Amino acid sequence: MTQVVSPLVVDDVAEPKPRQKRIALVASKGTLDQAYPPLILASTAASLGWEAGIYFTFYGLDILHKERFEKLKVSSLANPSGPIQLPNILGAVPGATAAATKVMRKWMSDSRMPTVPEFLEMTRDLGVQFFACATTMGVMGVEEKDLIEGSDIAGAAAFLDYAAEADVTLFV
Amino acid sequence: MSETATQHEVNANADATDLDCSGLLCPLPVYKAALVLNELEDGELLRLITTDPGALRDIPAMAHQRGDTLLDITEEEGRQVFLVKKGIAE
Repeated sequence: MTQVVSPLVVDDVAEPKPRQKRIALVASKGTLDQAYPPLILASTAASLGWEAGIYFTFYGLDILHKERFEKLKVSSLANPSGPIQLPNILGAVPGATAAATKVMRKWMSDSRMPTVPEFLEMTRDLGVQFFACATTMGVMGVEEKDLIEGSDIAGAAAFLDYAAEADVTLFV
Repeated sequence: MSETATQHEVNANADATDLDCSGLLCPLPVYKAALVLNELEDGELLRLITTDPGALRDIPAMAHQRGDTLLDITEEEGRQVFLVKKGIAE
């Protein structure tokens, strides 16, 4: 009787290194409160040893915009969970959005949370990839020089190519 | 065990890099712990202090995802002390 030995059985092959996990995030909102979640998730993922990338699109592109990322606001209008609780008729009063923004900034600094520009720098230093949506740049008249250093201009296909290899994908 | 130290006592006295994240919220304890762990050699220890109650779930999850080993957790008066070993325990 012939013994069949599989040619694939090799004793001294090193265990393959486990593939690095990847998270692909979409940041589509340009308000102060909505800038934080993608940055928190991406910086955490990179801290866990994962690859992480954020696709900044539509208003979310303001998070990468050097002249806008320090001025992100929280709306006082139609924001029932916002930092100041106002009926909508008062939420539309001039200065109400500035007041809500001021309160949220104070919450963040009292909690020792980084500002959005600080968070971006921390996140970029961890090797997180920043994709800037090319269509948004065209539609909103944003140029490469307006964006923070290290932003990769990319379209949907390039992001999906990155996201197709991701273990976690989230839209914020 | 009256004469010999318990494993917990051994851990409490182990030589480790200290990091105090008291008063910091997610993601900062994980972020700062990872920066320290990235600089350690396999087998070296990090002793991390946190006050964020979320850290009780986050630090074990961090160790699991990174492939590091959580050796000890102590809870005392609103703070947690974690002992993390870089890499997989032998």
